[in-house]
Amino acid sequence: MRTVLSVLAIAVEVTMILTLVGVSYGTLDGTARRARGVGADILIRPPGSSIIGLSTSPMSDNLLGFLAKQPYVALATGTTVQPLGGFDSITGLDLDQFSKMSGGFNFLEGGPFVNDQDILVDEYYAKEKRLHVGDKLQLINHEWRVAGIFESGKLARLCVRLPVLQQFMGNDHHLSQIYIKADSPDHIQELLAELRAKMPGYQIYTMEEFTSLLSISSVGMLKDFIGVVIGVAVIVGFIVVFMAMYTAVLERTREIGILKAVGASSGFILGLLLRETILLSIFGSIAGILLTYGTQWVMQHSVPASLTQETVYLWWPIAGGIAIVGSLLGVIVPGIKAIRQDATEALTYE
Amino acid sequence: MNEAPIIQVVNLYKTYRAGDVDVHALQGANLEVAKGEFVSIIGASGSGKSTLFNVLGALTPPTSGTVRINGKDLNDLSNAERTTLRKTTVGFVFQKYNLLPTLTAEDNIRIVQFIATGTTEFTSEFREILNILGISDRMKHKPRALSGGQQQRVAIARALVNRPAILLADEPTGNLDSQNTTAVLQLLADLNKRLGQTILMITHDHEAASYASRAVHMRDGQII
Repeated sequence: MRTVLSVLAIAVEVTMILTLVGVSYGTLDGTARRARGVGADILIRPPGSSIIGLSTSPMSDNLLGFLAKQPYVALATGTTVQPLGGFDSITGLDLDQFSKMSGGFNFLEGGPFVNDQDILVDEYYAKEKRLHVGDKLQLINHEWRVAGIFESGKLARLCVRLPVLQQFMGNDHHLSQIYIKADSPDHIQELLAELRAKMPGYQIYTMEEFTSLLSISSVGMLKDFIGVVIGVAVIVGFIVVFMAMYTAVLERTREIGILKAVGASSGFILGLLLRETILLSIFGSIAGILLTYGTQWVMQHSVPASLTQETVYLWWPIAGGIAIVGSLLGVIVPGIKAIRQDATEALTYE
Repeated sequence: MNEAPIIQVVNLYKTYRAGDVDVHALQGANLEVAKGEFVSIIGASGSGKSTLFNVLGALTPPTSGTVRINGKDLNDLSNAERTTLRKTTVGFVFQKYNLLPTLTAEDNIRIVQFIATGTTEFTSEFREILNILGISDRMKHKPRALSGGQQQRVAIARALVNRPAILLADEPTGNLDSQNTTAVLQLLADLNKRLGQTILMITHDHEAASYASRAVHMRDGQII
């Protein structure tokens, strides 16, 4: 039982770290996947905007006309984004233009907008909120009607008509970002250079650049956030493992006394405890990794739109290493204390 | 010329602290045990016999006085040397058996052999001891699957695996029923006779003490 509890404590620590890292990666990768799904070649964001910033709408939609006239531009369409809190946001789009660029949504239920009160939701959002076509949805102090449920992976999870959202936000004729389709993949770099020259200050990326920037290390704030979260996970995990190991070693004081009585040296006993701890940590780490698939399954089935957890293989050895180091530190202190104890006292420990 | 005693205790004192009180457990004890002797130390509870057992086994240091085990003065030994003495010269049998609960009977013995010699192969001589003890067929069982008598036999086997010069037994029959008590005492006497094993047994039971070739009494921390 003691062994099982120790393995479980280590497993919880590993699961906690891997889940938090997996959610962070999953959230960014989900954003990148949806951005790629737009089918654009170039993305223009307002001056001063950050990679993951959910901006309001500081760009005039007059830019669309200007961009459409540029050489090599096949199509330009803009969206506006209104954050809803948490990871959610609602996107206003010109469905016709967006469909031309991306090939359109693949509707699993219902279809495009019929009127201005209509909203389109992706399959994960619909699953999480248990929505079906015709259901009402209260967002930004307005009641929307679900017109269609589309296959996830394009642009956003929640979409309404562009002018409707602009009006709600009091930002008529303004956009959050502009997507551009080049007339040929060979012209993308040339077009990019042209736009950067003509629109100084604007954040202009190829979609490839933009999606590659959506990584933990590229997003400074997220990097710090992950650092803090992992730090907390490590501290909490360390305390859990330390307490589990401390108790385990205390309970074994009598056994340590027996080993001392039969002539085991302090080094032999400590070595035995450390080897055992490493073994427990390895089993705990494996159990933790397996449990991570459990948390992934729970998220996929309970909050598929809010949280996406990825399996980040790179973090398996890191989380395992943290567990091993935490466990070893947790066992060294009580281990040395027990070894230093008089053998006669240790033998009478109940 | 007489051989030097394998255990020699001269004017031994041991005081330890229990809570706020100093307990004077040994107060000038003197004892000599010759090689190959089976000696029992009889005394009532609190007479200091268990403390004497712990000091003789180098489990706890004396407060003052001299203890020579197999010619070595315990006062001259470092902690590491005391550890070496415990694994090579002295074997312990405790009242509560003190077997490692997670290991089989065989592994309980092998780990002690490994600590002393770095090997885990039983010698033919030791296999004969297992036969004498009658536990050869119980070696794959964990302590919880063994009776008290069987556990104590495993503990005796563990104490003898490295063929120590001295076997120290502290109330070895204290937790056993009368049938197992007789069997274990008979075994100790038999091991003493057949192997010439020096045995020092602590007991409060006069009948148990009668199995030894010599019995000494303890009272108030002294051998009388």
